Amino acid sequence: MSHASRTKVRLPAPPVTASRRLSSFFGKHRRLSLTALLAAPLAWLVLIYIISLLLLLVTAFWSTDSFTGQVVQEWTLGNFGAVFTEALYRAVTVRTLIIAVSVTVIDVVIALPVGYFMSKVAGPRLRGALVVAFLMPLWAAYLVKAYAWRTIVSPHGLLDSLGISPGLGLVATIITMSYIWLPYVVMPVYTGFERIPDNLIEAAGDLGAKGWKTFTAVIIPLVWPSVIAGSIFSFSLTLGDYIAVQIVGGSQQLLGTLIYANVGTGGNMPLAAATAFIPIAVIVIYLTAVRRTGALKNL
Amino acid sequence: MSESSGAAISLRGVERMFGEVAAVAGVDLEIAEGEFFSMLGPSGSGKTTVLRLIAGFDEPTAGAIELAGKPVQHLASYDRDVNTVFQDYALFPHLNVIENVEFGLRVRRIPKARRRQLAREALERMRLASFENRRPGELSGGQRQRVALARAIVVDPKVLLLDEPLGALDKKLREQMQIELKDLQRNLGITFVFVTHDQEEALTLSDRIAVFSDGQIQQVDTPENLYSAPATEFVASFVGTSNLFDEQAALRHLGLTGRYTIRPENLRFVATDSAEPGRLSGTVRNRMFIGASHRTIVEVDDLEISVLEPAGSPNREIGEAVAIDFNDSDVRKLRTTESIAA
Repeated sequence: MSHASRTKVRLPAPPVTASRRLSSFFGKHRRLSLTALLAAPLAWLVLIYIISLLLLLVTAFWSTDSFTGQVVQEWTLGNFGAVFTEALYRAVTVRTLIIAVSVTVIDVVIALPVGYFMSKVAGPRLRGALVVAFLMPLWAAYLVKAYAWRTIVSPHGLLDSLGISPGLGLVATIITMSYIWLPYVVMPVYTGFERIPDNLIEAAGDLGAKGWKTFTAVIIPLVWPSVIAGSIFSFSLTLGDYIAVQIVGGSQQLLGTLIYANVGTGGNMPLAAATAFIPIAVIVIYLTAVRRTGALKNL
Repeated sequence: MSESSGAAISLRGVERMFGEVAAVAGVDLEIAEGEFFSMLGPSGSGKTTVLRLIAGFDEPTAGAIELAGKPVQHLASYDRDVNTVFQDYALFPHLNVIENVEFGLRVRRIPKARRRQLAREALERMRLASFENRRPGELSGGQRQRVALARAIVVDPKVLLLDEPLGALDKKLREQMQIELKDLQRNLGITFVFVTHDQEEALTLSDRIAVFSDGQIQQVDTPENLYSAPATEFVASFVGTSNLFDEQAALRHLGLTGRYTIRPENLRFVATDSAEPGRLSGTVRNRMFIGASHRTIVEVDDLEISVLEPAGSPNREIGEAVAIDFNDSDVRKLRTTESIAA
């Protein structure tokens, strides 16, 4: 009886269509399907990113004819010589580094308590509101935010009427960039706190650690890779920025504005390319230094 | 329950509300010094909530908790002389094994050399001496479990709280750890409070057991008494298997008023044609071989009765008519659930 009923309900096999054949072909040839999937993005990455960087490097070894302003395609170390020996470049590099470090420190100092509060103290509703509040500036245009700060710090602006305005300059640049890059630091730090299981904090208390000891001995070491991950954003973004300083920085120059000036008004592409290698080198050094913390796995 | 001075842990009228819902209510417990005490119940029965209240991770909404006679319900966990072994061990992932074990000693500002020595002793006791430089992520479940134990006992607590510590281990390892835990408790001579949903584990390890259901304690007793004289239907069914007779069935089959239980191993088959026919008769529904014994399920009218016989007993065919008898002394009267709530 069971045999009879089984033959009765037997369903036909799925029809062998062209798309089915293709699927089974790729199913059997895993490597090929992986290649097909990655071909387009890989081509994009190689063309746009790596080749353009190489072109930049090559350009840095050329020079400009001072009379015609044309690029002369002859190998020279003159641009790097200028960048490394001229006092202007050294001063601007140091100034840019100070700003990038200041912005990063300020953002981390703000992000730590905020991230801790959002993940471990606030209820789900307040947490959601805070996440939106900290992400909201990302939805506004960069220029809008920079000009907003200009109106706040400029003479006769909001802070000036309170008598506490730093005025246009480096301090204003640091404040503005700290504000603009803050979401990029708060978010990884917040998720870093979120990933710490509550029972580790309980275990620390159980073993006799009070709040501060738990914070320094358990929470900070566990959230540190996320802090580094966030700092990579604020540090590298500040290092390459050339807009905020033009809006709120008065007449101060940073590496970004130097490059910009060399490309634009200076019309010296090769010198601009050589200058661009300063922030690139700094970032490579920074990434190498933080690689050991495991932060790159947290990006 | 006035002799709270002699108890290591004493809970009186403890209640924990989460909004409108009571996770536990009306919990009274006296746990003696040096006792291996288990809190047994299904998930959501409130046993872990009580453990967390004792540990200080949570505060009761009503009632009093005393440790060695001192009220502690408003003290933080770091001010209580108890230590916890967490369900998923809660080892610090950024510290290696010996640093994990040293954590409590570091907090107590014990000098480094002494700290190392105590931590090594604790690890040796747990047979983990060669693992001290490993990270928790590089250990197996059983090894992590023993690191968690070493970390808790190294600070010499008066009470050790264990939250389903063997839950994540496989059967063989679990049985081995049960023996180790029992030995450890005997050697240290401190109070163990052990939370588990595994009745066999609780029966094997404990001096006394509190059975939890729906946020209330059903019965606190020795394993022997819980098994042979369950106070409620819940205890009878949760601790071992049991045949339950509600008011109707008891009146009909046992001629008794109230609710009763008889353990399967206390039932026996008798010949249907003997001079003294059994008091229960029915047909065999199922028969299972379970190692040392046979379990036979017999349908007696609308009841399913389970009979446990030693292996080697005469075979019973499915559908066979059988008669069952028992000793009156093995019939246990149950408290009704209403009398617990009262």
